[in-house]
Amino acid sequence: MSTTVDDMSRRIGAMSSAELAGGRESRVTVGDVTCANPRMVCRDVDVFYGSTQAIKGVSLDIGKNEVVSMIGPSGCGKSTFLRCLNRMNDTIDGCRVTGSIKLDGQDIYDKGLDPVPLRAQVGMVFQKPNPFPKSIYENVAYGPRIHGLTNSKAELDEVIEGSLQKAGLWNEVKDRLDKPGTGLSGGQQQRLCIARTIAVSPEVILMDEPCSALDPIATAIIEELIDELRANYSIAIVTHSMQQAARVSQRTAYFHLGDLIEVGETNQIFTNPKHRLTEDYITGRFG
Amino acid sequence: MQTSTLLIIVLGLMSLAYYVGRKRAIVSAGGAGRISTLHSLPTYYGLYAALWAGIPAILLMALWTAFQDEILVTLVKAELPGSMLEGLTPGAVGLLVNDIKNLASGAIVSRVATPEMQAAADRFSLFSQIAVWAMWLGVLAFAVGGMAFAWARTKPQMRARNRVESIFMVILVVFSSIAILTTLGIVLSVLFESLRFFQEISPLDFFFGTLWSPQTALRADQVGATGAFGAVPLFTGTLMVSTIAMLVAVPIGLMSAIYLSEYAPRRVRSWAKPTLEVLAGVPTVVYGFFAALTVAPFIRELGMSMGLDVASESALAAGLVMGVMIIPFVSSLSEDVINAVPQAMRDGSYALGATQSETIRRVIIPAALPGIVGGVLLAVSRAIGETMIVVMAAGLAANLTANPLDSVTTVTVQIVTLLTGDQEFDSAKTMAAFALGLTLFAVTLVLNVIALQIVRKYREQYE
Ligand SMILES: Nc1ncnc2c1ncn2[C@@H]1O[C@H](COP(=O)(O)OP(=O)(O)O)[C@@H](O)[C@H]1O
Ligand SMILES: [Mg+2]
Repeated sequence: MSTTVDDMSRRIGAMSSAELAGGRESRVTVGDVTCANPRMVCRDVDVFYGSTQAIKGVSLDIGKNEVVSMIGPSGCGKSTFLRCLNRMNDTIDGCRVTGSIKLDGQDIYDKGLDPVPLRAQVGMVFQKPNPFPKSIYENVAYGPRIHGLTNSKAELDEVIEGSLQKAGLWNEVKDRLDKPGTGLSGGQQQRLCIARTIAVSPEVILMDEPCSALDPIATAIIEELIDELRANYSIAIVTHSMQQAARVSQRTAYFHLGDLIEVGETNQIFTNPKHRLTEDYITGRFG
Repeated sequence: MQTSTLLIIVLGLMSLAYYVGRKRAIVSAGGAGRISTLHSLPTYYGLYAALWAGIPAILLMALWTAFQDEILVTLVKAELPGSMLEGLTPGAVGLLVNDIKNLASGAIVSRVATPEMQAAADRFSLFSQIAVWAMWLGVLAFAVGGMAFAWARTKPQMRARNRVESIFMVILVVFSSIAILTTLGIVLSVLFESLRFFQEISPLDFFFGTLWSPQTALRADQVGATGAFGAVPLFTGTLMVSTIAMLVAVPIGLMSAIYLSEYAPRRVRSWAKPTLEVLAGVPTVVYGFFAALTVAPFIRELGMSMGLDVASESALAAGLVMGVMIIPFVSSLSEDVINAVPQAMRDGSYALGATQSETIRRVIIPAALPGIVGGVLLAVSRAIGETMIVVMAAGLAANLTANPLDSVTTVTVQIVTLLTGDQEFDSAKTMAAFALGLTLFAVTLVLNVIALQIVRKYREQYE
């Protein structure tokens, strides 16, 4: 990991200022970044932390009813790219995003666009389950409440039951909705966080290594859940586990040092990678 | 023949014991090349010998110094002719003994010395000299004996390291017990004085009486002034001043904590936080005269211009200034707990489309609330115990009032006034101070225990 970060900073350090400004070396992505039925369309996205560039000219589509997985060695910018998609990078001091990212044709970085409702449309699940220190019910009710999505208690109850059901958690918690969400097991907490995200009816769900803090059984349950959620949502998932990417996603994107190296059908990426870097990574020679 | 000289000699013997013990360990192992056959490093054998040389000797010295005087006095008193002590009160006996000691040391004596006294004084100085010699001999014998004992026991398989470790642990335990026992001693002495007070004044009158006028007669023939010890006006006064203080400190402290931890750019925080903490460093006496000379007259002027009747020393002035004093308490404790709320909570809330203020109101404050409450309780106990500001600005009149513009008095102020000046230490008036002190202590103790409990619970939540 440290070598890759070092490599990157050395490379950036070696670039002249002219290169940084414009004519910077950028790799051409192998494979087709577009898809037939796109929900989100990203073109030439650059992300800078201060003067350090973490994402270099990445273009990628995320289709309706599909799971796109993003893989690559640590520090290659997967999380950074994911966080562009719901403008979570706005909360980081000194982070700057250029290029165009569209959700259903609308540029989400448009000056007039408010990131707050956007984040209801593009939900996010984090690496470590982070339920609020509130009851299970209140955890799921949080989003609908702040967005004023429901008009009555009965309606809210319905949304909560529906979300917990879609997250596959309803049967386990229906008798203890008033108990603290932090008292659940790790896997249940992560499904609670998914339920919380679903409760505001997003179109896209971003998941940043959602299973890396979970045991294999909890992981299997979440993977199954992701497959079910595909029916209603577009999902972009960052994962460290290539098996997981192979199991849950239809398309896979391989990132390397801020570049999107290769995109393709998940099957093709894992059986017949075109780029040497991708092949090195999935055969375990690198990363 | 100073005791300090003896102490220095013992320390010298300890370092000697260290070198000897170390040497012996190396020799017993069969030379410097075979140290690995020792159970512990040679240093530990040295320390072991030094501790044996030092600790028993120093303990003996301490005990001797503590009890020598008492034993000598008993001996001398036993030899005094019975006629001299007959009919004397214990106090008078004490004076006599003092005179004898002074005579022995050649200091000024309060009466003409009789031959009996002179004889007793001579005996006293003889005994003292013998005692000092005996102590020197005893202490040196213990030191050398301890060294010899350690020498005899130094063998390669002796577990010197374990022994030294456990001796060090005992030393640490002894010193921490000193801290704890001191606290206990203070509490017990306050408790016993209070019990004496409650034998004279019924606790019912004290805790529920509404008249406070602690002037007892100094002489039996004095008229009136038997004293009234109803502490309710003091409790209400304390309550009112502390409440005003908290009304100032909690909102200001909490809001500045939120601003500093959630909104302030790093540059602002880097100077705003230390500036706020300067408030905590201002001596309370400075707050006191600020309250008495600036705030109180200002409130009085303001009140008069509005047609209100304001006392020149008011609960409001004292409370406001005390509130300012407590702001940094509330703000820095709250800021700590707010910062302790994991970033993941904020991320989770933002990712659901919450704004910053929604996140603060609905996630951060509720998550930090137990810790904030704990911090506020600590601040309350600080406010209740605060003395200087109220002495200078709240007044002395034990008014039972709900009007913050009146002058009130507090528990701490009354303790100060009861105990300043010349006092008899066995009148109800002075003992009342102990009863007040005990009450204060009990209340702040309970507050602190609850507060620390809450804060601890809160910390565990995010471990
Ligand atoms: N908040 C931040 N400030 C500065 N640099 C960051 C920040 N977050 C990530 N980075 C840098 O950006 C690069 C990509 O990080 P990240 O997106 O977290 O990688 P990944 O998720 O693929 O492991 C890394 O070199 C990392 O050091
Ligand atoms: Mg990451």
